[in-house]
Amino acid sequence: MTRNYPDEAVGGFPRPPRETTDDEGRSIVVGHATELDALVELYVDFDPADRAQGIPPVGEDAIREWLERITGTDTVNMTARHDGRVVGHAMLVGEDEHELAIFVLQAYQNAGIGTELLRTTLGAAAADGIERVWLAVERWNDPAIALYRRVGFESVDNPDFEMVMTLRLETEA
Amino acid sequence: MRIMVGVDGTERAMETLSESVERARASGDDLTVAVYSGADPVSVVETQVRDRLGALEYDAPVDRLEGHPGGTLVERAERGEYDRIVLPGGTRSPLGKLTFDSTVKFVLLNAHTSVTLIR
Repeated sequence: MTRNYPDEAVGGFPRPPRETTDDEGRSIVVGHATELDALVELYVDFDPADRAQGIPPVGEDAIREWLERITGTDTVNMTARHDGRVVGHAMLVGEDEHELAIFVLQAYQNAGIGTELLRTTLGAAAADGIERVWLAVERWNDPAIALYRRVGFESVDNPDFEMVMTLRLETEA
Repeated sequence: MRIMVGVDGTERAMETLSESVERARASGDDLTVAVYSGADPVSVVETQVRDRLGALEYDAPVDRLEGHPGGTLVERAERGEYDRIVLPGGTRSPLGKLTFDSTVKFVLLNAHTSVTLIR
């Protein structure tokens, strides 16, 4: 599939590993994923309501199978850890174009971890020579869309699933 | 029940067709196959579908949809010709996300009949 990409390239993303403090004062380490089991644990704990377009799959076996598929060569897998535990995971999978997804454990959301994880993943990708990154996001997932916009993603196609629009009319009565 | 299954010639769609035939056999539903152009022209899709129906030894009418397949599927269902539209239920992106083609999206958002997506 060919997708349209912005003409202007965005740079300046940090490379892993990075150590930061999140908005809640927790110490977070962002670096390349090292072991599959830690990722499996993250997704076994994942709230079903935070799944996106069918991933992560449900059940340990399906999760493991999915992770084995997306952690091969030519992929980028980055984790955010707190006290050694994986609390966030970002991945890039593809050939000419790389598809991005990012998941942060519920208790660690809204603390700036997603932004750090995303920026560092893009820094690692840039270092690997990856030029084109794309993602699909549900149109109602405003926090995710805002995060992607903040780092420089632009929406390229017409929205598929409808957007609700309202207008307040000034009445003449 | 009168069922219309939409097939665009992709592998997923051909699997959906086979599964729909099995279900129609078991339930006694009337099955019509609507073929429309995907990667291949509609004539190629039609041949593929007739071959598959032959292999399955199942006789069903095959209708060509020209123009906007989603719009035509919904229009026919609306006119009371069909009780249910069956479509392949999405493909997977490289990292495993479910994606739907524009026909599936259009039918989901516009059909007043039941819609079944086969995964």
